[in-house]
Amino acid sequence: MPIVEYKNGMFSDIKPEEGLKKALSLSRGEVISIITDSGLKGRGGAGFPCGTKWNLAASASDEEKYIICNADEGEPGTFKDRVLLKEYPNLLFEGLTIGGYAIGAKKGILYLRGEYTYLLKGLLQVLEERRKNNLLGEKILGKDGFNFEIEIRMGSGAYICGEETALIESLEGQRGEPRNRPPFPVNTGFMGHPTSVNNCETLVLSARILAKGADYFKSFGTPKSTGTKLLSVSGDCKKPGVYELPFGVTIKELLKIVDGEDAKAVQIGGASGFCIPKKDFSRKIAYEDVSTGGSVIVFGEKRDMLDVAINFAEFFVEESCGQCTPCRFGTVEILKGLKNLKKGDLSLSMLKELLSLGKTMQLASKCGLGQSAPNAFISIVENFPDEVLGREEV
Amino acid sequence: MTDKKHIEYPDKSRTPLSQQPQEIEKPKDEKEIGALIRVVIDGVEVKVKMGTTILEAARKANIKIPTLCYHEDLCIAGLCRICVVEVEGMRTLQASCSFPITQPITIKTYTPNVRQARRHILDLLLTNHYGECYTCKRNGNCELQSLADEYGVDFFRFGKMERPRYEVDSSSYAIVRDMNKCILCRRCVRTCIDLQEVGVLEAINKGSKTEIATFFDKPLLDVVCINCGQCINRCPTAALTAQDPSDIIWEAINDPKKHVVMQTAPAPRAAICECFNMPPGTPLTFQLNTAIKMIGFDKVFDTNFTADLTIIEEGSELLSRLKKALVDKEPTALPQFTSCSPGWVKFLEHFYPEMIPNLSSAKSPQQMFGALIKTYYAEKAGIDPADIVTVALMPCTAKKFECNRPEMCDSGYKDVDYGLTTREMASMIQEAGIDLPNLPKTDFDNPFGTATGSGVIFGATGGVMESALRTVIELVTGEKVEKFYDHANITPVRGFEGIRVAEIKIPKVAEVPLILKHLFSDFKWLEGATLKVAVAHGTANARKILEDIKKGGIFSTMHFIEFMACPGGCLGGGGMPIPTNIEIREARARAIYQEDESYSVRKSYENPIITQVYSEFLKDGPLGHKSHKLLHTHYTKRGKFIF
Amino acid sequence: MFSYEKEKLSEDIVSIVNKYGKNRTSLLPILQSVQEKHHFISETAIQEIADLLGIHPVEVYGVATFYSFLNPDQKAVFKIRLCQTISCEMQGKEKIKNVLENELGIKFGETTKDNRFSLEFVNCLGMCDQGPALLVNQKVYTKVTPEKVKEIIDECKSQFSSHFLSKEE
Repeated sequence: MPIVEYKNGMFSDIKPEEGLKKALSLSRGEVISIITDSGLKGRGGAGFPCGTKWNLAASASDEEKYIICNADEGEPGTFKDRVLLKEYPNLLFEGLTIGGYAIGAKKGILYLRGEYTYLLKGLLQVLEERRKNNLLGEKILGKDGFNFEIEIRMGSGAYICGEETALIESLEGQRGEPRNRPPFPVNTGFMGHPTSVNNCETLVLSARILAKGADYFKSFGTPKSTGTKLLSVSGDCKKPGVYELPFGVTIKELLKIVDGEDAKAVQIGGASGFCIPKKDFSRKIAYEDVSTGGSVIVFGEKRDMLDVAINFAEFFVEESCGQCTPCRFGTVEILKGLKNLKKGDLSLSMLKELLSLGKTMQLASKCGLGQSAPNAFISIVENFPDEVLGREEV
Repeated sequence: MTDKKHIEYPDKSRTPLSQQPQEIEKPKDEKEIGALIRVVIDGVEVKVKMGTTILEAARKANIKIPTLCYHEDLCIAGLCRICVVEVEGMRTLQASCSFPITQPITIKTYTPNVRQARRHILDLLLTNHYGECYTCKRNGNCELQSLADEYGVDFFRFGKMERPRYEVDSSSYAIVRDMNKCILCRRCVRTCIDLQEVGVLEAINKGSKTEIATFFDKPLLDVVCINCGQCINRCPTAALTAQDPSDIIWEAINDPKKHVVMQTAPAPRAAICECFNMPPGTPLTFQLNTAIKMIGFDKVFDTNFTADLTIIEEGSELLSRLKKALVDKEPTALPQFTSCSPGWVKFLEHFYPEMIPNLSSAKSPQQMFGALIKTYYAEKAGIDPADIVTVALMPCTAKKFECNRPEMCDSGYKDVDYGLTTREMASMIQEAGIDLPNLPKTDFDNPFGTATGSGVIFGATGGVMESALRTVIELVTGEKVEKFYDHANITPVRGFEGIRVAEIKIPKVAEVPLILKHLFSDFKWLEGATLKVAVAHGTANARKILEDIKKGGIFSTMHFIEFMACPGGCLGGGGMPIPTNIEIREARARAIYQEDESYSVRKSYENPIITQVYSEFLKDGPLGHKSHKLLHTHYTKRGKFIF
Repeated sequence: MFSYEKEKLSEDIVSIVNKYGKNRTSLLPILQSVQEKHHFISETAIQEIADLLGIHPVEVYGVATFYSFLNPDQKAVFKIRLCQTISCEMQGKEKIKNVLENELGIKFGETTKDNRFSLEFVNCLGMCDQGPALLVNQKVYTKVTPEKVKEIIDECKSQFSSHFLSKEE
């Protein structure tokens, strides 16, 4: 497969506001059907079809609706949204405006993680300019009846607020604890109104799809995973950074691009993702194979995979919202087990029990965080048995 | 002459949006709208209304799903995950308590995955629970313990908490908080914030550090806790329990020098049966007297007597305030608020201190009795009050705080030494090996004898109001209350609706009866007047009324309002048997109203002992000097700010 | 706290609450503003905010403790937060940790006695390609080296002068 590299000219294929102009020339339904046709799926990691989400929010009967841009990028190893927010804020707001138009929202909210507060000033300036240029406010670009405003709200250091219902709770001034689903935000979201929560990248891509058409978008990627994906690459490679690559790219190809070919494993999807060992490097990055929100962490030959697993486990112990039992206590048990494993002090039967506990967490936790918290642990133990088992007793 | 008004309140619920009832998804098939949905649970087919949760549907199909964070009285949390089930076609397990059924589904409640998950959840909870079952107050009545038993937990899979992690907070007079036993189901949080709107307990921190705490984790004594104990009633374990005085009481009983006197309130008598495996609502009033005597108490009195006394004093106070406002045209704090519920009193002191003047200065029946026992009774029986120990059997944890208020020493001694809850009474009886349900009956002791039906209904929400109305109507109009209400049952103020209002027109007035002659020369000024009253139970409802009064709304035009801190009134008190839910509370209410009907005298002022006490002891009558000293009290502007 | 300080705090809180609106939805922005202006969220501040918003102080406390950047325990003027997540760990976070501890004479999780500096770990700052990374309040520093730590701390210290004193005593 040919690798289309965008590193230097990311999004140079579209002109400013091209997508928004196109969208405003269409009806809301037409915009949504183009997005649906493009096959665009949520880029935050869960991969829910964006067209379906917008359609549900658009068809919900309520005067007041919201579209929220989820910029609470907290997955370890992800920084693509930072790049979008810093370098392509206009494109991002364009996408948010398109989404607002599509679902019939008058207000968009950018939920920016507290760690990115230093970006706030620049973003506010961009918003001000957009207001001046009639890209926000009343009758946007002369379109009668389309009034749209964007507000930026800050997070305050809670990974869980990347989960859409936790994000909404946080906006409502609550502890960022995920809600029971159903009902889903597209029906009952912010302040009880239909709300579409979309990842930064999803919104940016929606602008591209409107500008260049669904077919152009579909010309990249695989049939089930259309388009390109921004990958944040870090770890043991010579060229870390953000790469835009078409879905379907193999891990091997990716490693070649980032100059990390002597890796022994790659963590795809961050702490909540899976660890892929060398023997599986021919697997593809795509929703149907190795799904990711964009985080790629490369591990070289010398890395101790148990340390990696412990680092992820510590992450979840701290970042679990602490609400539901499997996640709150399960993460602690997994960490305890991993530390014992490192000390050479964990029986195989206990390890088996912990793997089974991991399965319970995947099945019974309240939200996506808890459901994916044991992934790294399970995949590292399963893929590197020789490395993690039988440590010398310390 | 009375009509029950329904007032619509704008929704000012402070419940977090996420916990308010939420709109449910539209069904995929339009034909399902308004129709019943077919659900198959473990092969059993049931038809349910749209929006029914899986848990409710399963109960309908007689299938038991274990629960922990779920409680009928509280909003749904869906966080313990013990109730997970498999829904066909869904990747993950679903919490049955929070999953609304919107389309036909097939559910399995005991697949290997479900059983494994439940077992793991239990194991995790047990690992993080200080399980000292033998020495635990909830041994035998602990939801976690029962689940561990049902699921055959025979070892601590993930280790055991060997040492307590937290210091036990026993600073409060009423409530002990032991976070070592907390399983973070947050029922207490939902009780304190949503049900009662007091706001003492909340989850703090996140992740593995999550815990339930007070404001800056201060001791309960130092925060705005009103001691209502509703959190205790809903705690599945012993993380929240009452301060138990039974050891000291046993000591007093065993001390030959001490004359130990018990007074029993109506609500515990209607509920103690539940601690002896009897159906809720079986009154054991007179069997209980026998048990109390067997345990070794010297006397057992009926708190209803001072409930009657409260009615006379509080009723006189109301009439005086009305006269002051209507005749003397002086600024008067109206509506008058009842003051029998110590949880409510502290609630007002904390959150609406500016309205303290509205609170009746009459003490609660418990405290009136304490003062009388150590004065009138001591004198009559020739016992040195210093040797008398008064114990009050109450449905209430706040009573433990009330009897320790520094101002409650008007007899020259601590008027009531200990407040004992229904649960603690039951364990004292069990400890003595007494088979309560099968005991013979014993009457209450003299000189206070058996009281009236009015005293009994103090135990249910609206009871104080009904009793007051029975007496006030008859004293003012000179007519039998039966003329206006069948069997003297003033039904508009009964029931479990959060706030109830009634209006009573006074068509004619009579001569002032003897007992009030020193206060009023005539009642002409009341002729044709309409007495407006309201009843609220649960402090969340109280808050609604108080906010309305602050804004000058409809309640500010009322004359008399009964407030009870606990949902259901005393019968839902924080010292009552666990568990609690609406059916149990209704059963207790039935028992109370039945007992009322069984009395020949059902109006406080007709109680012959009341007349006797006023003629022998409180000689200057209701609101007189002596009654003021012994039967009335003052309050403290506590405020809500913690410094 | 002196009474004039308390009055000043109350005034500030009233103006902040008025700016964001007396709704629960404004709670986070309000807490963030108070934190920024007064360096930490005190018991008094929480009660004032709760009173103005008509919610229980314990709820505000629950919210503040949930978000690691709003924790009322953090009282330092300069809150140094070092990223501990995998990529930064792989790029030498441990060394930076040691240098910071030596330089300030406190351990991670602690605050200097004068309430000027605190050290704590934070999860992924989104600077994985430029680690190790740390935040000083809102400012981000990337590719931090042991030498750079000294510069960062000196930069902070230079901001303390006679008119810029820590107020929380």
